[in-house]
Amino acid sequence: MSKIIVMTSGKGGVGKTTSSAAFATGLALRGFKTVVIDFDVGLRNLDLVMGCERRVVFDFINVINGEAKLNQALIKDKRIENLYILPTSQTRDKDALTREGVEKVLNELSKEFDYILCDSPAGIERGALMSLYFADHAIIVTNPEVSSVRDSDRILGVLNSRSRRAEQGLEPVTQQLLLTRYDPERVERGEMLKVDDVLEILAIPLLGVIPESQAVLRASNVGMPVILDEVSNAGLAYSDAVGRFLGEDIEHRFVTPQKKGLFSRLLRRSA
Amino acid sequence: MSIFNFFRAAPRASAVQAKERLQIVMAHERAGRSGPDYLPMLQQELLAVIAKYVNIDENKVEVKLDRGGDCSTLEVNIELPAREQAKAAAAAKTAEKPAGNDDAAAKRAAGNAGAKKRI
Repeated sequence: MSKIIVMTSGKGGVGKTTSSAAFATGLALRGFKTVVIDFDVGLRNLDLVMGCERRVVFDFINVINGEAKLNQALIKDKRIENLYILPTSQTRDKDALTREGVEKVLNELSKEFDYILCDSPAGIERGALMSLYFADHAIIVTNPEVSSVRDSDRILGVLNSRSRRAEQGLEPVTQQLLLTRYDPERVERGEMLKVDDVLEILAIPLLGVIPESQAVLRASNVGMPVILDEVSNAGLAYSDAVGRFLGEDIEHRFVTPQKKGLFSRLLRRSA
Repeated sequence: MSIFNFFRAAPRASAVQAKERLQIVMAHERAGRSGPDYLPMLQQELLAVIAKYVNIDENKVEVKLDRGGDCSTLEVNIELPAREQAKAAAAAKTAEKPAGNDDAAAKRAAGNAGAKKRI
């Protein structure tokens, strides 16, 4: 039986797709057969971040509508064994997602895969609701910034009331926080919310802290999940988060300012 | 300029303000989410009770909800016709009710007579 994870946030632009790509890749790297699904109908982007945009023939909506077989729409990653991408439609609107259709596809995927990762669109409309409805685990992507924290709290409320597990009175969806774009130096200057502040407000366990990093943009430029950039802080932080998700006890890194030596100051290179 | 700034007290860190503002706004949003939405009903019923005794003009009803840190105040101001002033005491009602889960906010409904004497 596969596990369904939703990567969600409420607010847009906080790093859901970046995190979905990294997390799915991380799970596959550890040997789990993983598929990552783009739920942002009409605004397809996961394919670009994963670097498979030129291999999209059929999509999630085609499969829901019976216009293509699931195997025709699934794209196998060229770098990583066990990793598949199910892209969304660029042309349809979000009404194309029906609960029955999504359930049918998820049921079919769960026969084959260990993990199904749903990349939610922003907002709390149909696409977002469908992406979280069937979830067993939710990863809440949040920036240390007021509007993102508030929207995350809103999405936690939605998970607790409108997911399948909530509606059927099952064990609740597990919720973990992934704090992204964290800048320890700004935190130290009192310009940014601390990890502990966000944890205190949202009151959910911490899965990981991803530091603000130039590696994220570099990785998306070339269509590579940032977790594969093993020298970058962001990549290492994602790798740690995947380990924690799987139950490993890994200490949090990159939450305090790094001491800059003369050498790195001269080079002016930040990982 | 910089010399004057030097003597000024350091501004409160903006992150501290962010946290405080979030805590206040989210306490209310959570309370509103979990609790039943009885506010409009409460207002309607209060007005119905008052209307039973006093002839009130619906256009002269003012409902205000103030949200504070630990306490929310529901204020209902109803202007009564001048000759009904004698009956005003009977019409004024005070209702107290806990509002949220965490914050024991009291909601006070005050019927206000034409003389603007608050009860």
